[in-house]
Order: sequence, then structure tokens, then C-alpha cells
Amino acid sequence: MAMLEIKDLCVNYGVIKALKGITFEVNEGEVIALIGANGAGKTTTLHTITGLLNARSGSIVLDGKDITKTPAHKIVKMGIAHVPEGRRIFQNLTVLDNIRLGAFTRKDKDGIAQDVEKVYKLFPRLEERKNQVAGTLSGGEQQMLAMGRALMSKPRIVVMDEPSMGLSPILVSEIFDIIQSIRQQGTTVLLVEQNAKKALSIADRAYVLETGKIVLSGKASDLINDESVKKAYLGE
Amino acid sequence: MAFLETLINGISLGSIYAVIALGYTLVYGIAKMLNFAHGDVIMVGGYAVFTAMVTWNWSPWLAMLFAIVVCTLLGITIEKVAYKPLRKASSLSVLITAIGVSYFLQNMALLIFKEKPKVFTSVVNIPKISLFDGKVVIKGETTAAIITSVVIVVALSIFINHTQKGRAMLAVSEDKDAAQLMGINVNSTISLTFAIGSGLAAVAGMLLCSSYPTLTNTTGAMPGIKAFVAAVFGGIGSIPGAMIGGILIGVIEILGRAYISPQLADAIVFAVLILVLMIKPTGILGKKINEKV
Repeated sequence: MAMLEIKDLCVNYGVIKALKGITFEVNEGEVIALIGANGAGKTTTLHTITGLLNARSGSIVLDGKDITKTPAHKIVKMGIAHVPEGRRIFQNLTVLDNIRLGAFTRKDKDGIAQDVEKVYKLFPRLEERKNQVAGTLSGGEQQMLAMGRALMSKPRIVVMDEPSMGLSPILVSEIFDIIQSIRQQGTTVLLVEQNAKKALSIADRAYVLETGKIVLSGKASDLINDESVKKAYLGE
Repeated sequence: MAFLETLINGISLGSIYAVIALGYTLVYGIAKMLNFAHGDVIMVGGYAVFTAMVTWNWSPWLAMLFAIVVCTLLGITIEKVAYKPLRKASSLSVLITAIGVSYFLQNMALLIFKEKPKVFTSVVNIPKISLFDGKVVIKGETTAAIITSVVIVVALSIFINHTQKGRAMLAVSEDKDAAQLMGINVNSTISLTFAIGSGLAAVAGMLLCSSYPTLTNTTGAMPGIKAFVAAVFGGIGSIPGAMIGGILIGVIEILGRAYISPQLADAIVFAVLILVLMIKPTGILGKKINEKV
């Protein structure tokens, strides 16, 4: 059984159909990439999984449990953390406060302290800037903070929305290296990216979204050589 | 010496405004709405103390506790019934609803307590202080207002910056969606904010009615509006801003009344609001507002 199963998911914004019945699954330990153009429904998919949007029909099942109607604030505790598009860090709070807010649902003080150290190990720059107000960080550092904050809830699945957006090529590579090390530590990753090439290079499997539908799916290593994918998304 | 006494009275009135302004600023910061019914919760607090002390003969401490409980529950109820269904509505709808709640509370009070003003018995039992051979006399009510507001600001700052619930409030005030992704229940955080704001309004009601002991159904309206001015003056959304704004407005009002004209005192307060909005729209300690459209 898959860890996360999305079945016939439909989501509307008013009268506009953003998702027209998508079905996919995420197995434990995988990195899954959702790729597609702007407006294809990638962000909508992630928002519906973590409860920020309501599904019109269809289901989201985590470990055999239906979480379609579970409100966003309860999803974190069930093991899904969300790194939102545009980082959405708390600009007026310090870096450390942001990291600690990631552990909001946890009560184990010692465990939290240990995990703060783990986050610092993964992102040494966050430790250097721990007392700085988060809004003063650079774009790359803010992205690292958003990722570190998400890891603080000890998620089993992290969903990431455009983590490379607006970053320099060096930072993009750095972010993708970190995603790989997050996976190596046993966390499953569901990744939404416009940078399809990078996403396919680290993913196990991928789904291609087009105007609210999945039009293609398969092994990432196959898709990266697929002619239609190359043409539409890899710019080759 | 008369000036010093006037100044202290101004600081005292300003402290009461500060306590009311804290309620405005907290609710604005977290629910992003102006709760214009906030002033009327003060009036409800006043009547609650009056009823408990005069009608039921309770001790002042018990009456104060009763008023805080009544106002806290009232605040939570108002939010649930009137504002929560409008969470996704335009801010104009929320504003009109808040004004509606304000009139509702005023008229309910009129229905229950009738139009004849009640004479409030002070809940303060602090002796007056004489300075400079009795040239400056500070009333117990004056001292009580100042001490209470300082204690409230300190306690509130500690609560917000050093407790889990307080951090949740900060997170919700910045980004509701991101806060939910941290596992924060936005609805219960907003509810808590209304509870705190309304509890503070009860305290303000007692202090106000102890210093100015006539109680009618519109007692809360004017102080409510002036405290709103104070909150904007200090920078709406900012806790220290509410404190500074409140005290400044109180001092301006009392000094204006004493040295310029008693009739113009209120006009001066509002002129200050207009000036602030022209020169620094975000107020003294206000942050730059990045409102999403």
C-alpha cells in the first residue's frame, strides 16, 4: 500500500476547475516530482493535500486513513510538512523562532533541542544567523529556513513547492543536494518544480500535470529522455 | 504644581486608554479587523461590576473577577456569532457588522439598565498620595490606573513572546496559512485574542468608572473611540505602541482640557489623529504595512 494516495481529486476555484480528477501515489522513501507549466495545478494539489484548500471530490489517503477533510493544522501532526511556495517564513520573527514554530505540535523539549541542532548541521548558515530577524535573510537563506522549519515537525513526508524559485544556479544546486540528503535520512519527498530538469534528475518517479490533469507519468529516468517532455519542459 | 497634578491625571486617563487600545491592537494584529464594538465591552464590564457590587452586594474583588469573566465570554461569543462567519468576507462587511454589534450592546444595556445613569462605586481601595506638603494630591484611582496598565503591558509582552500560545498569536498575525502549516489552530488563536482583549476591556471599564463614576449605556463609546485613536497613534498592531499612544492621548486630552478649552479637548484629540495620519500613517511604532490585496 502506498503511503499517500490521491484518488480522482477535483478542486474548484469558484467556477474554475483547477484539478479535474487527478490520481497518483507516493510510496515511502520515494522522491516524487510533479512537473508542469504555470497554472497546471501543481500548487493546488499540494495545498489540497495539506488542507489549505478543500477538495470538491475525490480522496486523499495517508497510511490508509482518509485525510481529505482534515483541517490544515491537524495534518502536520499526522506526518506531512509543507514548504510553501515563496517560502512564507515569519518575516518579523527571528530565525530561531521560525525554526521553533516548526515544532509547534511537539511537546518533547529535548527532542526539539536535538532537532534544532540537526537543522543547523544541514543548514550551517541558519545557525550563524539564528538571532537575526528572518526578513533580513537572503532568498536562498529564507528557502533553507522554510525547509528547516518544515523538518522540525519530524515529518514522514515533506511536500515542497518550487524550492528553487528565484535562486541563483549555485543555490539551486545546493537546495537540490539538500533535498537528496533529506531523503537519505528517510523522509519521503513530494516535489513541485518548474525546473523540470533538476527535479527529474533527483526524483524516482514523476507525474506531468497539464491544465488540471495528469498527462504523463513514469520513472523520472525515463521521462527525462521522453521526447514530448524534452520539448515541452526541458527546453531541448 | 497644578501642572504636575494635571499631567499625572493625564497619564492616568492615558493608562486606561492604553488598556483599551491594547484590545484594539491585539485584535487588529491577529484578526486584521477593527472591532468597533470593543468600547461597548467596557460599558458591559462597568455594568457587571455595578450589578455585582450594588445589587448583589459582592466584594469589589469578586465583582471585578465577575466582570472579567462576563466580558471574556462576551468577547468570545461576539467573535463566534458575528465575526467568524465573515472570515472570508470583505473588510467593509466586517466593519459594518462591528458597528452593528456596538449598537446591539448599547441598546441591550439600555433595555436592561434603563436610561437613568447609574452612580458607580469605586472599586479602588488605595489611599491618596500627598506630595510637596499637599500641593500635589494623587487619588487612589489615579495610582491604580497607572500601576494596572504597566502590569498588564509587562504581562502581555511576556505572554506573547515567551509562551507557546503567544508565539501562535505572532505567527497568525503574520501569515495565517503558514501558521496553519505549523499546526496552529487559527480559529482558536483568534478566539483567544478576543478573550484577552475583552478581559482587558473589563479591567478598563472598572478603572474608568472608578475615576469617572457615571455609568450609562454609551459610557464605553467615547473612550473606545479615543483608545482607537491611541492605537492608531502608537502604530496599530504594536503593543508598546498602544501603551505610548494611550498615554499620549490621555495627556493631550487632559492638558487640552485644563489649558486650552474644556469644550475643545475632544476635538484636539481627533485633530492629533488626523495629523498623525497625514505625517506618519503607520503611527509612532507602526511597521510598514504589506497588505495583500
